[in-house]
Amino acid sequence: MAEAFKFELVSPERLLVSEQVESVVIPGAEGEMTVMAHHAPVMTTIKPGVVTVKTASGGEERYVVFGGFADIVPAGCTLLAESAVAVKDVDRADLARRIQEAKEDAADAKDDQARSKAEQFLSQLTTLEGAILPA
Amino acid sequence: MPSLKDLRNRIASVKATQKITKAMQMVAAAKLRRAQEAAEAARPYSERMGSVLANITQAIGGGGDAPALMTGTGKDDVHLLVVCTAERGLCGGFNSQIARLARDHIRKLLADGKQVKIICVGKKGFDILRRDYASMILDRVDLREVKTLGFVNADAIAKKVINLFNEGGFDICTLFYSQFKSVISQIPTAQQIIPAGIASAPAAVTDGGNAVYEYEPEPGEILSDLIPRNISVQVFRALLENAAGEMGAKMSAMDNATRNAGEMINKLSITYNRQRQAQITKELIEIISGAEAL
Repeated sequence: MAEAFKFELVSPERLLVSEQVESVVIPGAEGEMTVMAHHAPVMTTIKPGVVTVKTASGGEERYVVFGGFADIVPAGCTLLAESAVAVKDVDRADLARRIQEAKEDAADAKDDQARSKAEQFLSQLTTLEGAILPA
Repeated sequence: MPSLKDLRNRIASVKATQKITKAMQMVAAAKLRRAQEAAEAARPYSERMGSVLANITQAIGGGGDAPALMTGTGKDDVHLLVVCTAERGLCGGFNSQIARLARDHIRKLLADGKQVKIICVGKKGFDILRRDYASMILDRVDLREVKTLGFVNADAIAKKVINLFNEGGFDICTLFYSQFKSVISQIPTAQQIIPAGIASAPAAVTDGGNAVYEYEPEPGEILSDLIPRNISVQVFRALLENAAGEMGAKMSAMDNATRNAGEMINKLSITYNRQRQAQITKELIEIISGAEAL
């Protein structure tokens, strides 16, 4: 059994999770990463995706996050998400709205850099939709 | 001298008013609790954000790659004021306090020959500032339809501000709101959000100690992602504090109103009773003197 560490998932509106966990899978901006106890200090931005939390008591919880960043230190991990919901509570309409907005952003981006950024965001969102729809 | 009937009517109307203010006070109390809970729930996020920001600024060490939102444009000619007030009145001096602080600020800036632009959040502040500074108001944000303040509302406002900044619309942005200290005291506050004044070093010592962070992607990139988010968070916090403050102010204003109505009812009933007694005495005197004349 792996050692437990403190994980916190915070959204601007409230503190969603604050408990001892075994491991957390974070959708980092440069690839997914699994965080376990005694992880080297890392700070990373996150992309829209699913955070999988394995609690110390053996349960597994999944949350959908839309952007934010993670602050990882050996003693714990704090995830500041722009918005976060448990996978089972995901509002399909809300997700569809976000995708629509991202599409519009991509359509009226002024320069190439902004466009590629918007398109990247859009593809991340659609991947996310694909990942949770069957659930 | 008002007649007995007039007095009776007045007492009845004051009683009705008292009932209304009492009800409003209770509604405000319930909403205050909710607003306070919301403000408390939002606190961990902004605290963590603060410490992370402090960490990362330290890592960058004020190097040249800090984004403009943080360092500013280097000028201070054009000021943007974001004035957050309530959507509704009947909350004592709450709105006018914020507006007064904003107005003092504007006057000082104008005296220094600066240019001022205003964004009003909430109807009441707009109504007050429109009288003197209508030409400076760029935009107003209406939150009337919003039942529970969400991060999206704050995010929309912050986006507007950031877009304006990127277009070179202003140099310095200050946020006006009311800090919620307690139910009876709200302190109007001016907070500069662009360029971001970040509390440095002390906050940086978290449980990670002085660990050397790895950054993914580069610190500069994270920072440029973080700063706009931080502005949204600041706006969100201001809105939440405002919401709690408004309800607190409304509660104490309505409490006062209820008490005043009670006093008024007492006074009116004394006058009423006195007059009724005077009339009875007068009638008695008439009867007695009539009987004596026989």
